[in-house]
Amino acid sequence: MSASLLLQATITPSISFSSSVSNSVKLSRVGFNPTRNARRVGPIQAKIREIFMPALSSTMTEGKIVSWIKSEGDLLSKGESVVVVESDKADMDVETFYDGILAAIVVGEGETAPVGAPIGLLAESEAEIEEAKAKAKNSGGPAKISEVPATKSEPAPVSAPVAEVSAPPADGPRKIVLTPFAKKLAKQHKVDVNSVVGSGPFGRITPGDIEAAAGIVSKSVSVAAAPVASPVAAAAEPVKAAGKSSFAEIPGSTVVPFTTMQAAVSKNMVESLNVPTFRVGYPVSTDALDALYEKVKPKGVTMTALLAKAAAMALAQHPVVNSSCKDGKTFTYNSSINIAVAVAINGGLITPVLPDADKLDLYLLSQKWKELVEKARAKTLQPHEYNSGTFTLSNLGMFGVDRFDAILPPGQGAIMAVGASKPTVVADKDGFFSVKNKMLVNVTADHRVIYGADLAAFLQTFAKIIENPDSLTL
Amino acid sequence: MLLSFHSHSSSPPKLPHSSEKYSTELRFSALRRHSPRLSPLKQSNYRRIFTTRTENNKLSISASLSDNGSPATSFDYDLVIIGAGVGGHGAALHAVEKGLRTAIIEGDVIGGTCVNRGCVPSKALLAVSGRMRELQNEHHLKALGLQVSAASYDRQGVADHANNLASKIRNNLTNSMKALGVDILTGVGTILGPQKVKFGGVGLSDNVITAKDIIIATGSVPFVPKGIEVDGKTVITSDHALKLEFVPEWIAIVGSGYIGLEFSDVYTALGSEVTFIEALDQLMPGFDPEISKLAQRVLINPRKIDYHTGVFATKITPARNGHPVIIELTDAKSKEPKDTLEVDAALIATGRAPFTKGLGLENINVATQRGFIPVDERMRVIDEKGNLVPHVYCIGDANGKLMLAHAASAQGISVVEQVSGKDHVLNHLSIPAACFTHPEISMVGLTEPQAKEKAEKEGFNISIAKTSFKANTKALAENEAEGLAKLIYRPDNGEILGVHIFGLHAADLIHEASNAIALGTRIQDIKYAVHAHPTLSEVLDELFKSAKLSDEVSSSSARQPVAV
Repeated sequence: MSASLLLQATITPSISFSSSVSNSVKLSRVGFNPTRNARRVGPIQAKIREIFMPALSSTMTEGKIVSWIKSEGDLLSKGESVVVVESDKADMDVETFYDGILAAIVVGEGETAPVGAPIGLLAESEAEIEEAKAKAKNSGGPAKISEVPATKSEPAPVSAPVAEVSAPPADGPRKIVLTPFAKKLAKQHKVDVNSVVGSGPFGRITPGDIEAAAGIVSKSVSVAAAPVASPVAAAAEPVKAAGKSSFAEIPGSTVVPFTTMQAAVSKNMVESLNVPTFRVGYPVSTDALDALYEKVKPKGVTMTALLAKAAAMALAQHPVVNSSCKDGKTFTYNSSINIAVAVAINGGLITPVLPDADKLDLYLLSQKWKELVEKARAKTLQPHEYNSGTFTLSNLGMFGVDRFDAILPPGQGAIMAVGASKPTVVADKDGFFSVKNKMLVNVTADHRVIYGADLAAFLQTFAKIIENPDSLTL
Repeated sequence: MLLSFHSHSSSPPKLPHSSEKYSTELRFSALRRHSPRLSPLKQSNYRRIFTTRTENNKLSISASLSDNGSPATSFDYDLVIIGAGVGGHGAALHAVEKGLRTAIIEGDVIGGTCVNRGCVPSKALLAVSGRMRELQNEHHLKALGLQVSAASYDRQGVADHANNLASKIRNNLTNSMKALGVDILTGVGTILGPQKVKFGGVGLSDNVITAKDIIIATGSVPFVPKGIEVDGKTVITSDHALKLEFVPEWIAIVGSGYIGLEFSDVYTALGSEVTFIEALDQLMPGFDPEISKLAQRVLINPRKIDYHTGVFATKITPARNGHPVIIELTDAKSKEPKDTLEVDAALIATGRAPFTKGLGLENINVATQRGFIPVDERMRVIDEKGNLVPHVYCIGDANGKLMLAHAASAQGISVVEQVSGKDHVLNHLSIPAACFTHPEISMVGLTEPQAKEKAEKEGFNISIAKTSFKANTKALAENEAEGLAKLIYRPDNGEILGVHIFGLHAADLIHEASNAIALGTRIQDIKYAVHAHPTLSEVLDELFKSAKLSDEVSSSSARQPVAV
């Protein structure tokens, strides 16, 4: 999703970039694009000239800005080197043909522009600087968008030099300290450093602070995008600078940090991506189980205990499904069958563990489960009570969910997702239709240790136990 | 400071005793076959030296030029060298080859600055920084079709690599001297008088030995300007930085010469941000202006580096009591306070000061000049009155002629040549220099402004030729095409005045040019030499071929075809 968004964003401004610059600014040199020039006659009389990407060799079609020798606001005199351009052959200094003030840099350092494209604006007098800047902004070229956070504080340029002059004795207002890279980024993204609060040691402004102020999400994004050698790329970076790189911020949204438990869940879920999992589903007829449940329910037996017991008994016959892969090289066969059961507790998720579920009888198991749930609610579960599982059971059937897919918790071999038991029309082998309760179970497993046939055999056993549940009460 | 050699060599001390025939002219062209301003006498004299060097290895010592009739006494050694750095080591090895009984005195560790606290460990750090840079340059790797997930480093591992390299080279040096029979004497060497040296020190017994000739090769230590407090932790010199005990987030480097530049390469590759403080108006002041401009574009501007030029760091206080390192900057011209910097660490790379403490110079009436031991063009030590001190020579950083390890070694070899009976003068303009940044910078001979000045004074024209690494196949294959080679030459006779290279493996490429200068090879001859294709050396091949010589200049070798 983020990739397509990015692509779109990079293309759009580049189109407006080339057209809007040329329409509003009086062209001072020929050879740009006469048709466009004739089509729109600039009504503005101010002397603002464009600095073009020069053709430094006969084969040059585009040039990369190596560096701007002059900064915005610098006074230029005719013949002075303003910018260093890299062509297909060499780096060359480009001189200005006019006196004036470098009002705006349209194409920044490291970016590429086709020959003839405007790379900067030259104002004749100070009065025209603002106008030129506005033009550069309208053009949708680089820096325009990232300038938005900085525009609010207009008095900034005035206060900055003052602070610098008064600073040396380290008295009075605290001097703004930027690290070298932060300084570069601030210049590149036109961030007003006076509005940035430094988070570095001794309150200094770090590159991260500038990036945050410029709305850049991650450094690597802009680095990766910068060197693309096409005119489209010229507009790509600033767009990202505006913070649209991957997650658009929707106004009015609130940000709530994770609780410790949520952070742990998040971590586990991301870790699970390292495990090659696959899923096998199986329909299980539950009429017999339901009948049994009705019988034992008054004795305090829960459906969870029944399912856990059934799973545990099936696991006892298929130890590989109870195994796990810790290092990518070995099977770890667990000596006991501990069934972890996923439980939602307000805003979190925890997996209390029923130890030795294959050995404990149904009633003890139910009692144990009750204790665990109470402890979980009171948040008094001990670590061994929630992290010693060898197989996990997750049941969303009570919500009417008919099937779902579980994520395998790290350190375990398989997890079973249990859906709701629903009356289903089934045809038997003789062609007679009947209505039976069917439940879909779906097991996610680590394919490094548990293969398809293993799971299928396990599920077959599990189904048999559920369909003939008398063994559960033994 | 490191780069001040040109001014040194162009104004040699005036010596009443130096005879006419040892003019500066001869000195500069010592290794050339055709020096235009040699008189016939000088030339024949020189030719004799040149040929006897190779033919007459066993010339007796009594024929030495400097043996001015002193009584023939028996000495403990023919040659004693004080200081076992690269200079002393080079001299010792050559002395053994010449059949001299040789001893070397070292009060610290064998290998001196270069091996233990200089060129050698810094190359280990730079090897790491070069690789880090490659691995971090996603764009560059992608262009090669490589995918590497986030590169990181282990600081201690990097530091160990540097330390291990230093000790390995140190052992090599020690073993090579032991194997050849050089006596290694431990202690601080002090000259007691003519041909008499004491060595010893704390915990050591003093021994006095006699030697026919003495070479001082005591080297240098980092120079720390006044007002800077070095604590070895947050305010450091290269000695500390090479141990890489910590990698600060932000380090100020005072001085943008070789040492400063190399460390900026190391620190930025390891994730630090760097602020240069340079007293002159321009960064990298010692380099050819065109090279330093290009180098700034590649080595400074795109990296996490900013700089203050035209300022002195007049006061630097180490981090303490919860304060960062505080650097007070003073304008170099107006001497007004200019700015204050607060950083995590400061590296003082303002050059190196000669180390002559405890050497007993007073015993031979020698006074240092700005700390350096004054010598003539043959490295013979000059006393307070301007007279040569017999049998005492000084080589390397201690004489300040050209503060480079290989220059010290070359000077040492030159001295050994002299004491074993053959006059020899080293041509310092043929000594290459290199800065091992990524990419590297190297040079030999004159910079363009120096060549212009010389041309104006002596009335000849100079021309410039340039080639780019962008046209070199090997550089393009490596995807490292950023670079320039520049040749400064005389179009009227094809003499190479200077070569400057910035680009991949520049430090290894310079020797074709430095050897040409040393041997007096002219462009019209070297341009016919063949280079393997595709190699980086073709950058120089192109360079020589692109030089435009006057019509009357013709190749000497082309006229003499050799059948094979």
